[in-house]
Amino acid sequence: MIPVLLILFPLVSGLLSFFIKDEKTAKIWASFSSLATVVVALIAALSPADLSFDAAWLPTLGSRFSLGMDGMSKMLTLLTAISFPLVFFSTYKNSYTNSNSFYGLLLLTQAGLMGVFLSTDALLFYFFWELALIPVYFLCSIWGGEKRIAVTFKFFIYTFIGSLMMLAGIIYLYTQTTDASFALKSFYNLHLSISQQAVGFWLFFVAFAIKMPIFPFHTWQPDAYEQSPTAVTMILSGVMVKMGIYAVIRWLVPVFPAAVSEYGNLVIILSVIGMLYASLIAIRQDDVKRLIAYSSIAHIGLMCAAIFVKNNIGLEGTMIQMFNHGINVIGLWIVADAVEKQTGTRKISELGGLAQKAPTLAILLVVMALANIALPLTNAFIGEFLMFNGLFQYNMVIAAVAGVSIILAAVYTLNMIQRVFYGNTVSLTANAMESNGYVQTTLIILVIVVIALGIYPQPLLQLTKGVLLH
Amino acid sequence: MKTLLAIIVLLPFLGFLLNGLFRKHGTYKSVARLACTTILSSFIASAIVFGMLSQGTTAETVKYFDFINTDSIKIPFAFQIDHLSAMFLLIITGIGFLIHLYSSAYMKDEEPQHYARYFAYLNLFIFSMLLLVLGANYIIMFIGWEGVGLCSYLLIGFWFKNDNFNYAAKKAFIMNRIGDLGFLLAIFWLIARLGNANYADVFANVHNLSQTDITAITLLLFVGAMGKSAQIPLYTWLPDAMAGPTPVSALIHAATMVTAGIYMIARSNVLYSAAEFTQHIVVIVGLTTALFSATIAIKQNDIKKVLAYSTVSQLGYMFLGLGVGAYTGAVFHVMTHAFFKALLFLGAGSVIHAMHHEQDIRKMGGLKKYLPITHITFLLGCIAISGIPPFSGFFSKDEILAAAYEKNPVYWGLGVAGAAMTAFYMFRLYATTFLGKFRGTQDQEHHLHESPAAMTIPLIVLAVLSVIGGFVGVPEVLGGKHLLGEYLSTVIIPEPHHALAHNTEYMLMGISVAVATIAILFAVSHYSKKPQLEDATGLGKVLENKWYVDELYNTFIVNPLNALGGFFKNIVEKSGIDGFVNGIGRFVNYLSRQIRLVQSGQVGGYILMMVVSVVIILFIWIHDGEIYKFLVTKLF
Repeated sequence: MIPVLLILFPLVSGLLSFFIKDEKTAKIWASFSSLATVVVALIAALSPADLSFDAAWLPTLGSRFSLGMDGMSKMLTLLTAISFPLVFFSTYKNSYTNSNSFYGLLLLTQAGLMGVFLSTDALLFYFFWELALIPVYFLCSIWGGEKRIAVTFKFFIYTFIGSLMMLAGIIYLYTQTTDASFALKSFYNLHLSISQQAVGFWLFFVAFAIKMPIFPFHTWQPDAYEQSPTAVTMILSGVMVKMGIYAVIRWLVPVFPAAVSEYGNLVIILSVIGMLYASLIAIRQDDVKRLIAYSSIAHIGLMCAAIFVKNNIGLEGTMIQMFNHGINVIGLWIVADAVEKQTGTRKISELGGLAQKAPTLAILLVVMALANIALPLTNAFIGEFLMFNGLFQYNMVIAAVAGVSIILAAVYTLNMIQRVFYGNTVSLTANAMESNGYVQTTLIILVIVVIALGIYPQPLLQLTKGVLLH
Repeated sequence: MKTLLAIIVLLPFLGFLLNGLFRKHGTYKSVARLACTTILSSFIASAIVFGMLSQGTTAETVKYFDFINTDSIKIPFAFQIDHLSAMFLLIITGIGFLIHLYSSAYMKDEEPQHYARYFAYLNLFIFSMLLLVLGANYIIMFIGWEGVGLCSYLLIGFWFKNDNFNYAAKKAFIMNRIGDLGFLLAIFWLIARLGNANYADVFANVHNLSQTDITAITLLLFVGAMGKSAQIPLYTWLPDAMAGPTPVSALIHAATMVTAGIYMIARSNVLYSAAEFTQHIVVIVGLTTALFSATIAIKQNDIKKVLAYSTVSQLGYMFLGLGVGAYTGAVFHVMTHAFFKALLFLGAGSVIHAMHHEQDIRKMGGLKKYLPITHITFLLGCIAISGIPPFSGFFSKDEILAAAYEKNPVYWGLGVAGAAMTAFYMFRLYATTFLGKFRGTQDQEHHLHESPAAMTIPLIVLAVLSVIGGFVGVPEVLGGKHLLGEYLSTVIIPEPHHALAHNTEYMLMGISVAVATIAILFAVSHYSKKPQLEDATGLGKVLENKWYVDELYNTFIVNPLNALGGFFKNIVEKSGIDGFVNGIGRFVNYLSRQIRLVQSGQVGGYILMMVVSVVIILFIWIHDGEIYKFLVTKLF
């Protein structure tokens, strides 16, 4: 029953949110209901056994409402659960028109995300995938920045094409099952020829690659991150991109083993190109948000590559990194938003000297930035260390080339710190102040998580232990 | 032992946390007292550990918890205490404490909260360095390794309002990261071959590694060492690191950071002794760096820059020692160098303090009478670094040079040439600063004063150590005993007995001492009377501009990468990928406009469409009855 609650809580509270009249109540309602979800997710994560739920849904089609919860699902639902209150809390002072709908849509997204990480039925999976996406179109197009319509349209085209391809892939697999079922197990038991696998592989891969995103399917992302309201951006990059990675681990690699062997190398090379490509672009970015977006693309590239090396150490790294990246990137967005709130700009070239005005924010940013470059004793180091080990055991040269991104990450991250926070104040930063208590508190929580999991990552590693490629 | 080691490491960390978190609440006194006490306590604990080991306590590995423990890899968070790490503990905490003490007076001009921030970073630096030398596997070493990189970044850029300093800080971090990548790849390689990176397991399994593996791993580790210990081509950050407060330079150059590379290779001596090719590379890089940076030091006019290039050069000597297999000699030189380089930097700090932040030696001169203690101690440091017996630098340098001669007399010859340059530029520095007439403004002259006791006491202690520190490693030929060599013999396989005849050794020593003496006399006579240093021309100009290496790096590496990033950002993203995506959009638009024409309202057209469709469906049905059957059975 617990898995169902994880979906039901945000779904119901999201729907109810639409009926709330005033902004403050909507905020409090969203915050508390999301905290309730955290409790459920924690109970689930702490339970030693795998959880599952199964009920009839669309019997004529052979699709069931079946949910399963192994270590990876526990970890990702936990990430989904804790991200939302963090987002709500850190943006508590932000004001939205029609805030009831804003929070309602966000909570619906959370329900969709939970469903994606829990479903063990392909049609159900597809349903939740769309449920997670559709509210985002509205969130972005209604509450977004100046270019929101064009950007939402681009985002829609990309993800819509991806969704269609995935649907085609799912139906194709369905026709191949012997028991006319959408169940994950039936997909795992398929005996497909290599050419059949190739078709399915590419249909699924492109869908997931757009979501992650992997070079060259990524150009929706910097635009969407830049134009969405920060709360939405946090969810998009902190949690939603993990849908793609999760889907590759759960729905792609085990289903098409032969195709993965055949095309894995190509995917790894694409991912590594993307890492360097995005890192180099990040060096030249003048917009804080776009810089973080490209940095994120680089990190995701490594996570994708480490899946396709098909050794355990790489996969272990990717799994814990899904969680860690979520935490870290949310922290970076909070800082980016705080900077914009204080100065009215995100242009790095127009900023400077903020550390004098907001020393606490500067310290918190530096810690988050260090996590972004995977300094040891931050959480990201553990994941990257394992992933690079996996990549190295697959191919030394590729690992060495990918390793250059470690250096480039230091370049763009330190550039950003220097030009935004150090140096002398300029006109825009002269009157800046420390960010509000909500922002600081959230960041302090995140910093503690970053360091705690960097020193003692064992809880995360234990949680995902045993979740191996089938 | 487990608790003792934990105390040594955690005390500085505690100091960091307290001073960092409560930086707004501390007074100068409380902050300095806290920071100094933690390091002093660590030093005392280290001394106890050092003593225990010399009394026969055996080396030990203590595990605290599982750092990374998965199905495929197990990395314990463990410390290894043996004679090598014990010795580094003493250097780090001992010199570190003196620098803390010195800083307590030197940094008094800062606001209280920045004063606290400074000491928090300083403690963190010591903490990282202790992790580095105590780790029982390469991963823990790497934690400390990147930790000191971070601390140097924070301290070089301590005055963060100055953008030049920020650039220097960033440069240090990035250059170090380049080296770190090499280190990481070496770790990956070890793990791929042996399944873990514990020293004990690695060194016991060297015979299970192929020659290629050993060569590659040692080379990659060496890349890491190049970054951290500022060797060609990754040395340019160290001279720029002068941007930080002067005691920080002393810390980076003497007790922490740059000695990490030497420690790493000495620690891995089992691997390096099995990798002849790598040893050659280490020798070449070390020697080249030693000579190259010595040439630059000759023409620098910033008191700290001279010392900085001198450090790069001395590190080159240490690598020369490592490359020829004189691991003990290299570690010995780390120790003596820590004494006299900390002394010289702190002395320079005292000068800068007195000169109100003037660092240009062309504006100094004649400081001898204003700063008597600083002058005497600085002079002792210069003699020690120049390799004049019986000062400490003589013994350690001699040990390296003798080992180099054994390997190849050319190495020795080049080494002596470098030593001559060292003596020359050090005494050029000394003479221009302390001898002759004062060349600064009257106002400056009026304010010249000796530094307070908190600064002069460390100078005196370090001066004493610089003078007598060499006696722990007196070579046999001079009738001494190599105490240090005996102490380290459990970790470092003792070098084969010197095959050199005593006469040869006397001759080698004689030549190097004579050459250094001549260089000193020349420098003193040349520079002590000069009213003004002339502007450099020709080769001198090239040297003054550091062989234009920074410009070369900018032209050939930094700018092209920036341009590539710009190309990706402005061309590939916008016109390439987005162009394609938007192209699809336009194509769909175009298509729908064309299709609209189909819906022309003419019945004939519709019928045609229908017929075509039916034909297609029929075709599919006949061609692949399965699909039809499937559709009928499943859907209807």
